[in-house]
Amino acid sequence: MTFKTTLLASAIAIGPVAAFAADMTIGFSQIGSESGWRAAETTVTKQEAEKRGIDLKFADAQQKQENQIKAIRSFIAQGVDGILVAPVVATGWDEVLEEAADAEIPVVLLDRTIDADESLYLTAVTSDLVHEGRVAGEWLVNEMNGADCRIVELQGTTGSSPAIDRKNGFEQGIAGHGNLEIVRSQTGDFTRAQGKVVMESFLKAEGGENICALYAHNDDMAVGAIQAIKEAGLKPGEDIKIVAIDAVPDAHKAIAAGEMNATIELTPNMAGPALDALEAYLASGAMPAKWIQTESKLFTSADDNEAIFNMKKDLGY
Amino acid sequence: MTQPTVGPRPSVFKRIMPQLVILAVALALNVAVFPEFFHIDFRNGRLFGNLIDVLNRGAPVALLCIGMTLVIATKGIDLSVGAVMAIAGAVAAATVVDGHSWGTALLAALLAGGLCGLWNGFLVAVLRIQPIVATLVLMVAGRGIAQLVTEGKILTFDNAGLINLGAGTIAGVPTPILIWLALGALVTFGVRRTALGMLIEAIGINERSSRLAGINSRVLLVCVYLVSGLCAALAGVIVAADIKGADANNAGLWLELDAILAVVIGGNSLLGGRFSIVASLLGALIIQSINSVILLSGLPPEFNLVIKALLILGILVIQSPRIGNYIYMLRASGPQPQPDPLVRQRPEKEAAQ
Repeated sequence: MTFKTTLLASAIAIGPVAAFAADMTIGFSQIGSESGWRAAETTVTKQEAEKRGIDLKFADAQQKQENQIKAIRSFIAQGVDGILVAPVVATGWDEVLEEAADAEIPVVLLDRTIDADESLYLTAVTSDLVHEGRVAGEWLVNEMNGADCRIVELQGTTGSSPAIDRKNGFEQGIAGHGNLEIVRSQTGDFTRAQGKVVMESFLKAEGGENICALYAHNDDMAVGAIQAIKEAGLKPGEDIKIVAIDAVPDAHKAIAAGEMNATIELTPNMAGPALDALEAYLASGAMPAKWIQTESKLFTSADDNEAIFNMKKDLGY
Repeated sequence: MTQPTVGPRPSVFKRIMPQLVILAVALALNVAVFPEFFHIDFRNGRLFGNLIDVLNRGAPVALLCIGMTLVIATKGIDLSVGAVMAIAGAVAAATVVDGHSWGTALLAALLAGGLCGLWNGFLVAVLRIQPIVATLVLMVAGRGIAQLVTEGKILTFDNAGLINLGAGTIAGVPTPILIWLALGALVTFGVRRTALGMLIEAIGINERSSRLAGINSRVLLVCVYLVSGLCAALAGVIVAADIKGADANNAGLWLELDAILAVVIGGNSLLGGRFSIVASLLGALIIQSINSVILLSGLPPEFNLVIKALLILGILVIQSPRIGNYIYMLRASGPQPQPDPLVRQRPEKEAAQ
């Protein structure tokens, strides 16, 4: 189903220009389907374009930069009004971006930045990974309210930028609060299975009753850890507080069930701010800032997680 | 008295001695970093302890290495098992999400794994493609197939029966442990109590002569890849059931390499021939014990792979023929309490081979 639509969409994007009645045509080169979040980003981008009456030409790059470059060239050839790119890698974009600049087509980067001259793109819409970690840390500071807390941390894939930044951010968030201490920190590779395995070892090495909170660099690892905590006979969310990042549907479900306490959203809506900036630029030439930071919204049990889950579950996560 | 050159070994214990020693050392390392390693209690209706974790978390690799041992004994290799795990997990999840029972889901997953195994067997035995290339096809494509089944997301389910296969217990013992022990015993019994094991070894030593001797090597080759596919499918179901979801991107990722490593640590030659499933299973437990040391040590994750590499390098160096020779020489030069000519002759004969 998704595969078919993807094929269809790429065929439309690469095929000859059809005269659509829409005011504005935007090309969107997506990396591919690497994760549920990425699928949700694609869905939201299409929704945002539809809402604004924009004709969106979608191209799936299947995780290959050469496909993205091809797609951008075809967008230029079709004379689109603007281009959105979620770049798969950071380097090698100069030439094709210069071609877009020569054709006077503004390019907006989504979700990731690139190593190229800033003048080659209009703006980049990304989240601030350090900020996400800081929000998580600050939430725990408020939650504990001065009480002592031994924290275990499930890191993302060792060496990846989200793992490094979310770790640093959290440490900044809890800095200066001597009652909070990270006692164990190990990688769970951003996966449920590894999150569960590593949490099992945390529970044994520290003793479940000696762990007061878990900070996971993404929700998937937290969901795995929740199962490990349950199997150890403890109550996740009560005996061990759990805060993670991403706000995927299953995290909302866990919060609604009282098994998780907080999650910070990595919004899949990168296209909304990007399209706003493009529209403003095309209408009046207003230059946006070079970096548009998306909101890192905190969700806790105070929100209606049941409703959010139902809204998010069809986005393709 | 004549000794058979192939077939059941005179002493299984002697064969697996090196693996038992290494496993003991690996477990001792665990105790060194975490003194309460052997502590097991009964919590929440299940056995709870680090040793149980090693047995439980070692299940996927243990299951994979059962099939992998047979494949490697025929001088082959199966790189696709990790991807087959992802496919089987995805198929099982999709089946229960569609409202079928867990039994149907398990059968569907085994069917999918079996088909993957037959495909590999067909490429290797019928088309005569080299095993490493033949199975690489599915290793690369399999994850894509799994993603098509799950439509690119983590397909979660809450079918209690299926979840029990991965996260449940029987009489307090986690189900995966029972599954790999049972399958290991079944396959070992199957190949050692019949001539099958000897025939598989014969193919690995010299396929042409084995065929001339009347062995239907083609059918046997297809069968070992089929068994490997079925083992991978079972491992895939366990991994999916454990996290109550099929994660096509990550399930079984790189586990084919761990399975091959387990077979090698088990003292089996990648050039085929003699094999021991029990030794491979011990190899899987050794790998999991090393993983456990890393997790319990509390060192920063940057050290994980370095520690694992160093420990495994150590194990392989100790097992290498050259070092083995040195150890033998050292022993031989030491004082012999009872100079028995018969005892002396045998090792010399073995060394000369």
